[in-house]
This record gives sequence, C-alpha cells and structure tokens, in this order.
Amino acid sequence: MTVSTHAVPLSPPLRRSVLRLIGWGIVLGALAASWKGADMRPWALFQDAGNMAVFAADFFPPDFTEWRYYLGELLVTLQIAAWGTALAIVGAIPFGLLSAENIAPVWVRQPVRRLMDAFRAINEMVFAMLFVVAVGLGPFAGVLALFLHTTGILAKLFSEAVEAIDPRPVEGIRATGAGPLEEIVYGVIPQVLPLWISYSLYRFESNVRSATVVGMVGAGGIGVVLWEIIRGFYFAQTSAVMIMIIVTVTVIDLVSARLRRLFI
Amino acid sequence: MADRTNEAAIRVMRLDKTFGDRKALDQVSIEVRPGEMVALIGASGSGKSTLLRHVAGLTRGDRGQGRVEVLGVCVQAEGRIAADIRRIRPQIGFVFQQFNLVGRLPVITNVLTGALGRMPAWRSLAGRFTLEERRAAVDALSRVGIAETAWQRASTLSGGQQQRAAIARTLVQGAGIILADEPIASLDPESSRRVMEILAAANAEDGTTVLVSLHQVDYAVRYCPRTVALRQGRVVYDGPSAALTPRFLRELYGAEASALIDGAAPRQAPVKPQMPLGPDRAAAVA
Ligand SMILES: Nc1ncnc2c1ncn2[C@@H]1O[C@H](COP(=O)(O)OP(=O)(O)OP(=O)(O)O)[C@@H](O)[C@H]1O
Ligand SMILES: [Mg+2]
Repeated sequence: MTVSTHAVPLSPPLRRSVLRLIGWGIVLGALAASWKGADMRPWALFQDAGNMAVFAADFFPPDFTEWRYYLGELLVTLQIAAWGTALAIVGAIPFGLLSAENIAPVWVRQPVRRLMDAFRAINEMVFAMLFVVAVGLGPFAGVLALFLHTTGILAKLFSEAVEAIDPRPVEGIRATGAGPLEEIVYGVIPQVLPLWISYSLYRFESNVRSATVVGMVGAGGIGVVLWEIIRGFYFAQTSAVMIMIIVTVTVIDLVSARLRRLFI
Repeated sequence: MADRTNEAAIRVMRLDKTFGDRKALDQVSIEVRPGEMVALIGASGSGKSTLLRHVAGLTRGDRGQGRVEVLGVCVQAEGRIAADIRRIRPQIGFVFQQFNLVGRLPVITNVLTGALGRMPAWRSLAGRFTLEERRAAVDALSRVGIAETAWQRASTLSGGQQQRAAIARTLVQGAGIILADEPIASLDPESSRRVMEILAAANAEDGTTVLVSLHQVDYAVRYCPRTVALRQGRVVYDGPSAALTPRFLRELYGAEASALIDGAAPRQAPVKPQMPLGPDRAAAVA
C-alpha cells in the first residue's frame, strides 16, 4: 500500500475564491449601474415622512359600507381565477406531454416548448390588456389572460413531472401491446397525477392574486373596483377592499395548501 | 392462441447487440418450440435481459443479419423493429425482474392492462373494461393466489405478490408466450417457489411457451427441462437442464460458476406437473 502524503488543504483553492469575488463584483456592479435608471431616492421616504404619515392616516379607519358590492366583485375574481386555471389545466395536459423529453420527438417538443415559453414570458397583465381590446371589457378578458399565461406555466411544470417518472411501469404497459396513448393513460398519468394536482392548486392560488390585478386594466372583478377607488382617492374604501383581498387570498392559500398536502 | 404448426414459438437468428464497444449479444441463435419451458441462465452481465428484451421487441439489435421471429411473425430484423410490432405483442407476455407495475393503480387495473392490446382505443382510453374482461382479471388473480388484493394499490403488495400480479397480467393478455426476466431474483425462496410453480402451471395447463431467465441453476434444473446458457453474450450451452452438474458448470463458466451454483433454492423434490422431456434428454452434454 502506498501512503498518500498529500495534505488536504484547509482553505478552498485560490481559483474558487477569485471566481467568487468576481461573481460578487458583477452583481454589485450591475446594481450600482441600475441606480440611476431605477430612480433610486431612498431619502425621499424620510424627507416626505410628514406627507407619508398624512397619506397613511387617510386609510384609517377602513370604510366597509359597500361590503356587499365588494364581496360580489371578489366572488367574480375567484370565478375568473377558477375558469382561467381550469382552461389552463386542459391546455397544459397535451402541451405538457408534448414538451416532455420521454414522450415527444425533438421536432414536436422544441416548437411546443418555445410556444409555452412565449406564453410564460408575457405577463398576464399584458394579455389582459390585449384581450380587453379583443373581447371587450369584463371578466372574460381576464379569464383568457390567465388561461394563456397559466397554460405556459403549467405545461412546463407538468412536463417536468413527466420527465421524472419511472419508465419501467410504462414499459410494462408497452409490452402488453398497448398503443402510445394507452401507455400515457395507464403508465404515465397515474404516476404524475398527484404532482399535477398539486401544481394546479398552487397555480389557482397564484391566479386568485393575479385576478385581482388583471381587473385593474378592465378585465373584471375586484381589481376594477380597486382601480376606481384608488383613482378617486377614496383611501378608506381602498383599505377596506385591500383587507378583504388579503383575507380571501390567505384563506384560499391555507385551504389549498392543506389540499395539496393530501395529494403528495 | 399459439398456433401449433411446425412453426417455432421463438426463433432468434444470429442476433448481435453492441452497447458502446461492449458486445452484449454475440451471434445468438436459439429456437424454442411451442409448449416448451426453457431456462436462460448466465452470470450477471451475460446478456439474459438483453436477449429477452430483443425477443419482445423492446430493444433493437445491431444492424446486420440478426433477426427475431415470434410465432412465425417478424419482431425485428437487421436492427429494425417490425412496423406492425403491436400486432404480435399481445401474444408475448413479459414478466420483469422489477415487476413494472403501476404502483398507484389498483392491482386489478394493472392486471386489466393486459387486455389493452386487444381493446378498441375508445374503450381503453375511457377505461371501460367489459364485465368479461374484469372477470378474466379476477380469475387470473385467483389463479396466482392473490384475488383478495384486487383493489389494493399495487405498490402496497409484497415483492412476491407484485410478481404474481405481473404474471396475472400476462394471463389476461392471453399471451401464448411468456418471457420472464429473472422473475424471482428479488424474492425470498418461498415466493420464488410459488412464482416458478405458477409459470410451470401456465406452461403445463395452457401450453404457454415459457422462456425464463434465472441466475440460479437449481431452479432451472427443477422447473425447466431445457436450459440455454449464456456467457458474455454467447450461447455456450443449449440442452437438457439435467446435464448442468456443478462440474459441467465449472467447465462452462470457470470461476463465474459459483454465482450460478450457490443459489438459495429450496432443495426439495420437484412439485411441478412434470412435462415430458425432449427425446434428447439421454443425449446430455455436448
Ligand atoms: N442500456 C444499456 N446500455 C449500456 N449497456 C447495457 C445496457 N443494457 C445492458 N448493457 C450491458 O450489456 C451487458 C448484458 O447486460 P444484461 O442486463 O443483458 O445482463 P444480464 O444477464 O441480464 O445480467 P443480470 O443478471 O445482472 O440482470 C452488460 O455488460 C450490461 O452492462
Ligand atoms: Mg438482467
């Protein structure tokens, strides 16, 4: 036996330290270069502290007199989120399967993935503005906006789940003489279903939040109300609406998190 | 069912398979007659799984002259899987070492997937199995002795039960040929015995042709009249299992032989219904 005389160094190799230093330099440099563009004026917060206090005071006490109206619009928001997510799930199943490496050949996979990238890259607000023009003001524009953006996200999550499956059960199905669609229905879907459900619920949560925002460009729901009262400087009502949104979103997050735990 | 003309059930001709620069199969030729039960033995890495996967058309051989036929139908030739492979696959039941069941589905659904190859697509995709198909699945589960687990998730079964469910799937498939790839490698002796007996019963009662890979010779000797032995991708013996004495195995395998001999098989008298052995039994040993 040869005895190794190499001592293990007690500090990382020099090259790694230098690389780390350069990495930090790049991050800090980029932030410094962005200071002007982002119009960073932290001192403004302190200079105008008096104004801020007055502004904040306007929010109290919250004015809940119109709560029935808010509640109705909040329900519309939830309905927008529900339909946007449901349609997205339906779209994400084929697109997700078609962008999975172990299902689709490269000439199908690549174009589908790029299309899904585009759906994801464009924010739901932008889609909402486009659909307000295309189908008119109102909740349906919001549904379509959430639908497209969420399809892009879920398709990617779904396909990652599919790529992580155990191939052996699928081969077991294939060996019986089943066709490719049957392999998917009996071999792939049962394996990914819990994850798919969990992802879908998670996206429903985020879509409830997004649905409040797409309303602000006229795509229906509580967002429209919020936009109108903010523009009218009704801050007491604004704070009432914001409290109702926070409560709703929190409740939905909690329930959905519970449900998701059931499926994993 | 398997047609009983003079057609071979399985015919492998001069099959080559190379992984990288390693030859996993080297000019393999074997022929299995309908109704035979044949063991495929060899040390780890000798090519047993590779050969069985080629017979089922799950893996392609090298370009060249290699050819595989099942019941007279081409499975693959010259490194290309037959375009109509799905027509012959329902005839080939495959039992995997790792069972390859879908763990989250109930056992009975796993068994019912054996019928997929014969069902119209609209029915299989909608999951609409007929009453007869379900009855066949329950019958198959009873035959392998685990009917009471029908509605359990497959993943909750023990290894031996899962392997029996996998065999039930090939029974529902109505396969004329069962290829079993080390079906007992991960099982305890008692489960191993049951699985081998179920395969032997399918062979004796239904006339199903069975080609089963094993890496313990004593199981081959007990359950299969004939053995094909592989070593480093080549067929080094094809004849009566009875001839595989420890001494002869050492001749075939040298130092590797010990892995094949020191099996954990229970040493009892064979319990399987005895199949008549081929006339070549006396002419043991090449
Ligand atoms: N997909 C693959 N890629 C690369 N090499 C492979 C592949 N499958 C098998 N091999 C190689 O081919 C040879 C034969 O493997 P095979 O799995 O057929 O052996 P085996 O007889 O079934 O062994 P075991 O008893 O361990 O299951 C081995 O050298 C193995 O490493
Ligand atoms: Mg193997």
